[in-house]
Formats: sequence, C-alpha cells, structure tokens
Amino acid sequence: MAGKTLFDKVWDSHVVSEIEGGPSVLYIDRHLIHEVTSPQAFAGLDKRGINVLRPENTIATPDHNVPTLDQHLPIKDYLSSFQVNKLTENTEKHGITLFGLNTPNQGIVHVVGPEQGLTQPGMTIVCGDSHTSTHGAFGSVAFGIGTSEVEMVLATQCILQPKPKSMRINVEGELKPGVTSKDIILYIISQITASGGTGYFIEYAGSAIRSLSMEGRMTICNMSIESGARGGLIAPDDTTFKYMKGRKYAPEGADFDKAVAYWKSLRTDDDAEFDKEIHFRAEDIEPMITYGTNPGMGTGITQYIPREDEIEPSNLKSFRKSMQYMGFNAGDKLIGKSIDYVFVGSCTNGRIEDLREFAHYVKGLKKANNVTAWIVPGSKQVEKQAIEEGIVEILEEAGFELRQPGCSACLAMNDDKIPEGKVAVSTSNRNFEGRQGPGARTMLASPFTAAAVAITGEIADPRQVFGILEPEKAM
Amino acid sequence: MAIDKFTTITATAVPVPYENIDTDQIIPARFLKATTRDGFGENLFRDWRYDKDNNPKKDFELNNTKYSGPILVGGKNFGSGSSREHAAWAIHDYGFKVVVSSFFADIFKNNSLNNGLLPVQISEEFLEKIFSAIDKDPKAQFKVDLENQEISIMSTGEKEKFDINPYKKECLINGYDDIDYLLSMKDKIEAFEKTRVKPYTY
Repeated sequence: MAGKTLFDKVWDSHVVSEIEGGPSVLYIDRHLIHEVTSPQAFAGLDKRGINVLRPENTIATPDHNVPTLDQHLPIKDYLSSFQVNKLTENTEKHGITLFGLNTPNQGIVHVVGPEQGLTQPGMTIVCGDSHTSTHGAFGSVAFGIGTSEVEMVLATQCILQPKPKSMRINVEGELKPGVTSKDIILYIISQITASGGTGYFIEYAGSAIRSLSMEGRMTICNMSIESGARGGLIAPDDTTFKYMKGRKYAPEGADFDKAVAYWKSLRTDDDAEFDKEIHFRAEDIEPMITYGTNPGMGTGITQYIPREDEIEPSNLKSFRKSMQYMGFNAGDKLIGKSIDYVFVGSCTNGRIEDLREFAHYVKGLKKANNVTAWIVPGSKQVEKQAIEEGIVEILEEAGFELRQPGCSACLAMNDDKIPEGKVAVSTSNRNFEGRQGPGARTMLASPFTAAAVAITGEIADPRQVFGILEPEKAM
Repeated sequence: MAIDKFTTITATAVPVPYENIDTDQIIPARFLKATTRDGFGENLFRDWRYDKDNNPKKDFELNNTKYSGPILVGGKNFGSGSSREHAAWAIHDYGFKVVVSSFFADIFKNNSLNNGLLPVQISEEFLEKIFSAIDKDPKAQFKVDLENQEISIMSTGEKEKFDINPYKKECLINGYDDIDYLLSMKDKIEAFEKTRVKPYTY
C-alpha cells in the first residue's frame, strides 16, 4: 500500500464519519471568525434555537471593515460599525474569545492566528475567508468556508466536506538575489493559471520552499486559493518548531516536546502518491508583477505583457477585457509604467518581515511625489513591533506613514479604496476588477518590488533600484 | 431548516459569457455589510450592471431585456476568489435557480449547493452550444433535470449529463439542510472528541 501524504495524515485523523457517495464529516480544531461572514451564521443558530457547541475552539477578531486611521474613534460608516458591533455582541453571547478593536491582539485574522500560536501543525483550521489557506504554512489543513459552513462549525464543530485531490508543487534550487516568496507564488500561479489548482489541495515542497521563513511560507500558502486550490500546506520542520515556541497559545514545557515529536511525523511518506505533481526550478523565477485582472496574469518584472498572438484563442475575449480595464496594451513593456498608489499590507504581506523589508530598502530615500502609499500592519502586534524596531521612524523619514491594522485596501470594504482609473502596486492577493475600489487597477507584487515602485514612482526592477545586481547580470 | 426543494426546470437563460468571473464581480466587497442573508440580488454584478452614477450599463447582459429566466450561464472558472457566500445569495436572491459553467471554483460550488442554487458543470463544447443557442434565440429553452443529472437544449434536443455528489443531490431534491444532518450526528461527534488520540494538549 502506498504511503500517506501530509494532507492525508491530517485530514484522515479528523474524519468523524464518511457519508456514502458524499462528503466527509470533518472535525475542526480551530475556527477563526471575523465580522463579515459570521453574523448570518449566528442568526442561523438563533433561528434553530441552539448554542455554539465548543466556544473555546473559536476565536474572533474584526478586520475587514475596520478603518486604518483613528481607530480610537467610533467607526464612521454605520454599516461597518454595525457589523463590528454585531461580532462583539455575538461573541459575548456565546462565550467566544474576541480580540476586539483597540485591544493588543486584534488584526487580520490570518496574521493573528499564527502570531498567537493558535495555528499549529496537524490541526484542521477553517474560517469564513478564502485566505485561511495561509495557516497551511504550519502543516495544518486550513481552508476557507462559506457562511452556512461557519454555522455548521459553530453548531457542531464539524463540517461536511468532500476530500480534495492532492497535488505537490516542488520548487527546487536556490532563489536568485531579490526574489522573494511572493514572487514564487505569483510565478506558480502564472504557470498553472488561476484555475489550475481547482479541486486540489497543494503541498509545497522542495529546497526553495524549505529555505523560507515561516512568514515567507505563509505568503505562499495564502495565495493557494488564487490558483483555485482548496488550500496549500508545507511540512513542518525546525523553522516551524522554532517559530511556535513561546507563542501565547502554543503548548509549553513537556507538552511542547510532545507536540514537536508529533509534528515531526507530519510529512509526506516517501512512497506516497499525488494525483498531480509539478516541478519548478527556483532559478527560473525573477521578481514578478501582474498586469491583468486575475492573479494568473503575471510575469517577470523585466518582461512584456503578452501579445495577442501569444494568448490562447479561447482566452482572447477575457484578455482584451482585462487590458481595457487596466488601460494597458498587449505587448507593453512593464518597466517604466507610471504608478499612482502603493499598498503594503494584507494577510499576504502585512507581517513584520514584510514591513522590515520595505523599510530596509526605503531607508534614507524619499517616496516619489506622484505616489500615494499606504503601509498597513497586519495586526496590533505587528504595529507594536514596527514601533519598537524603529521601522516607523525610517518610514516617516522616507515620507511614508504607518497606518493601523486591518485588511485595508486589499478589498475596498473599509475607507481605504484606490480611486477609479488609478494604478496601484499592491502586496495583497487579488487583482480582480474593482477589488481595491470601483475602477481601481491593481498590479500585485512583493514588498521588495513595492519599495522600488514607491521610490521611483513607476514600475521598476527592485534589484536595479537598490543595486543588488551587478549591471551585467541585470536583465 | 429546510432549503428550497429543487425540481426540474425548463426555462430561458441569461448569458454572462466571460471567463474567470470572480466573486468580487458577482458581489463587490462594499456590499457585504449586511447582517442578514436577504437583498443581495440588488447588487448582483453591481459594477458590471451600473456605472458610477448608478445608470444601468446597456451592454451588460443582465440589463438587456431580451434575456430572462432562472438559469445563469457563465464562462469557464465561475465563482473564483473570495469565499463570500454572499455571491451565492446574490445570484439566488436575484431569482436564479441554476448556474451553468464549464468549470466552477470549489468554495462557490459548496456555497451554492448549501443554498439550493444548482451548479451545473458541463463540457466547454456544450457550454459553447448553449451560448450559441441563446445567441440565436434569446428565448431558447433549456431543461435542467436534476433527477437524471441532465441538461438539454430544447430547440436542438442536444443533451449532456452533469455530475453531482449523490449526497448533495439527495439534499437538493428533498430540501435537506447540512446543519440538520450534522446536528443529528451530535452523539457521534462527541464520541469522536472523547476517543480521538490527541498527541498533545491544545
């Protein structure tokens, strides 16, 4: 019998029962909730006259709707305020822990989970948000769910879910200087397309993946959904265990040692088989940027937007629609395009390493005058670290301001919206039409690339801007 | 709580012949602020339906009065992106009972099924045939038969089978709700909690 994949090991150990010809009843260890996708689920419980089965397994924090300035003041938008208050009301009523606004642990739910040690290897984790895949970086089975499913988990701590197919994506070799985890995942999606992962759960493996920090791994797993995959995960290793140690909700003392012994078993057996396996070489990846309106429409920053004769005929209509929306032409060079906004933040790249990297490169330089930049920490903890480490001063000297934690301009639900027709280079995860505001044009990139854009005011190769490539090697 | 029972539908369809229709197009995030499930249909495809001054965009199919009916036909990779169930609510609330495409995003598919909205996944060839049937005659009729898992173009008699999980099919036909099912398993879930081997405490 073939061995088991990491995914199989975690999934199988949480199956309560199987429905013949149907989904599995899967037990959920951690349930994260936020203000947008939970109110209807709580209302459903009320309608049924039932309570939350295991309130201790659910953690809540408001993130999507919160303003990123003046958080000490009441939220101005009535509906946003109502939703955030509803979360407080629902969690109080059901005895659920809430990291509320203006408290030290609030933040984007996918930044908060890992930093608090709530996210642990081998767990099943769900949240009514597609970027729940982030938590897979720890070797947990984590995926986004709809509100009916949020209600299922609140009511029964279980979810009905068909088992996805398995895929392994191997990235072997050494990354070139200036290439970051965001570039790896944008490269993968550009290769397998925005629907190439649909129906699958992806395990990321290979030396380039193993070389990443936990935060880098989170960026990769975060964007699994952008390939259509149900989720992504990475086998836990010493990097993972070191990250876990000492976190608030992580096991302690002898329990931590027991946990590590178990976590070490969470790896794909050598003889396990995947439904699909793909190999990439780390050396083939350069800093990436998207030019279209889905995350699969990305390319190396020194490259050109594809010509129409390079597009599959069946995709031509969508391609033209996206070029029209972006205000770009097929075959355009990317370097040198003028940019209006830079957004650094979100559950993809709003962690402390991202802010450190951005600050490191803009230090001593000045923000371009034509650029409006929003630098948004992913959580109160990240904000606190940024203050303690002097990142805030570096940013301010360079003409940037650190805002307050939340989802911010990633999804145009709060006050941070990119105006119509403006082009933003964004470290977030989606470049869909209108994602950052009606008519806003989004180009996804890494914090490193965002730094180069913020300084030059145009699409620029960060390796050249910050001199980390010898000229003859520069492409 | 029961969902609507799904029966066979024979009706006209509305095309949205674009690929990769993501849930931000179906319902933009700024309309997700409600705390009930109702009324999202009003903002279905908001930014494709209306310009910034709230005038209907004439070239968008939902605004074209020649198209009507409870069947929505979308291009490949329908419902990608955000997990917002509001996308399924918006489509259902607008009056659609069926969404047809050659490929659906996983979460959207689950969300639809949980709301009595039937996702019908067919081949790209058959999807093209449906689009061209509507193109030829906007009043073209289609039959969606869940019992036999079959979709037909009435004018040509062409048919194609579609897949659906047998459990979900049963739920839709009978109007069963997953949560009722899970609640009925409470003893088994509690037994699982007691007997599972937890390698450490968390």
